[in-house]
Amino acid sequence: MADLRDLYQDIILEHSKNPRNYRTIEAANRSAEGFNPLCGDHFTVYLQIGDGQIRDISFQGSGCAISKASASMMTQALKGKSMEQAEDLFQKFHHVVTGKDGAPSEELGKLAAFAGVSEYPVRVKCATLAWHALRAALEGERHAVSTE
Amino acid sequence: MTTATNIAQSLPSSGKTGYDVYSLRKDFPILAAKVHGKPLVYLDNAATTQKPQSVIDAIVNYYNSENANIHRGVHTLSEQATESYEQARKMVGRFLNSADAREIVFVRGATEGINLVAQTWGRANVGRGDEIVVSAMEHHSNIVPWQILCEEKEARLRVVPVNDAGELMMDEFEKLLGPKTKLVAIAHVSNALGTVNPVRRIVEAAQQVNARVLLDGAQAVPHMSVDVCALDCDFYVFSGHKVYGPTGIGVLYGKAELLDSMPPYQGGGDMISSVTFEKTLYNRAPQKFEAGTPHVSGTIGLAAALQYVNAIGIDRIAKHEQELLAYGTKRLLEIPGLRLIGTAREKEGILSFVLEGIHPHDIGTILDREGIAIRTGHHCAQPLMLRFGIPATARASLGLYNTVGEMDALADGLRKVREVFA
Repeated sequence: MADLRDLYQDIILEHSKNPRNYRTIEAANRSAEGFNPLCGDHFTVYLQIGDGQIRDISFQGSGCAISKASASMMTQALKGKSMEQAEDLFQKFHHVVTGKDGAPSEELGKLAAFAGVSEYPVRVKCATLAWHALRAALEGERHAVSTE
Repeated sequence: MTTATNIAQSLPSSGKTGYDVYSLRKDFPILAAKVHGKPLVYLDNAATTQKPQSVIDAIVNYYNSENANIHRGVHTLSEQATESYEQARKMVGRFLNSADAREIVFVRGATEGINLVAQTWGRANVGRGDEIVVSAMEHHSNIVPWQILCEEKEARLRVVPVNDAGELMMDEFEKLLGPKTKLVAIAHVSNALGTVNPVRRIVEAAQQVNARVLLDGAQAVPHMSVDVCALDCDFYVFSGHKVYGPTGIGVLYGKAELLDSMPPYQGGGDMISSVTFEKTLYNRAPQKFEAGTPHVSGTIGLAAALQYVNAIGIDRIAKHEQELLAYGTKRLLEIPGLRLIGTAREKEGILSFVLEGIHPHDIGTILDREGIAIRTGHHCAQPLMLRFGIPATARASLGLYNTVGEMDALADGLRKVREVFA
């Protein structure tokens, strides 16, 4: 089961059981939904943006351990970051879960735990679902985004 | 010359007495495969079944020695291909106990069969204010074609509710029926729950209000004897690939007088008897619904698959699968936190379940590393998932080649899933 542990690292399991920032934001000025029609996973990401900074970020919804942990750790990583930094982190996270560019960037911090996902191609969509919703929210899109 | 149909007649390697599942497994080359270094435990038969060597050989042999277009040439190969194609139709007719092979229309699968009925019979017979009755346990393929029709015709879709065990609420069903009911479209067996619906009773009730009945037999045909005459349904559909045949071929059974009265489906070659720019005359059923060159090799593969099933005996397969279902149910219920979704009194070999605190998707990934193939997700039955208040289930579905040992492997695998998430 060693290889399964590459995917289900302790930090991922812990966040899936106790997701952080799992709430709505009353004063949110951006939000977007993300769907994975293949498995029914569904998240909403809420943002409160001021002066180009992410003042608050949260999420709600249902999904597998990978998608929920990814959403939880994303909210932790992005709070207080600028919109540009968030976009940059999206790119770096996407690279690490798809196995591009070799070693994970240091800026990813704890998010590097998702490197194991690259060995499970069908799970990449789980890991990136909340991130796609984030991006839609950052771009101000009102409609839901889908992984398909 | 050896013909595809001759090869297909080679009997399954089961003994004459008893049900020797280990011998039968040798007929399916893929079952010897390893996945992640573990023996394949294939429990996704409701999605598609594996193919016995006789089916693979029948298709290969067709392309090796018979390939030609049908209903056209006077040359020898075309005659042979036409003969094989029409023999396959007769084989399907006998398998369903239809009165006449003309009642068998070849389509791509159950989905196309339902769409064909919606687009031909439906558009000609359903009007404003009419009602179509489906159930809460339908596959999307038996919901969406009717929604499209209802939208076009301003008709209304009515839904039979399902109880907590996953059984149709028959008293509610009977209340939905009335003079506006034009069609009842219901699964013979639920793909997500395994529930066997009381289809004979459904047909009788529908006939009381002169409604037509379409039964989606995709999950019934591989597991039980189906007799369309005894059922007296108007339409019955199934897919070849779920009954050990190839993908891309399926069957629509329709009562002859209905098929004759229906407008054609797609236009093209083979579905006409004569074409001029002034007036085109359509061929009779079933050719009227089979425009273009059909999936000849698919029909030959399907016939071989039905012959394979017949040679074992569908009743013996059903008995084996029922024993396995009972054993698998017992093993799964021993696992802490496991809840079965679908506990109908009459069930086919489908074990749909959720594990407390663990998403089905994660169950599927971990079992896959153990070589165990199951399906996870909403099973194209999102309204049913909503009914049970869950986003998805994990589903193990049985076939004729599954074993008690594989049920044990599933149970052991699920314990590993719990360990990962402990």
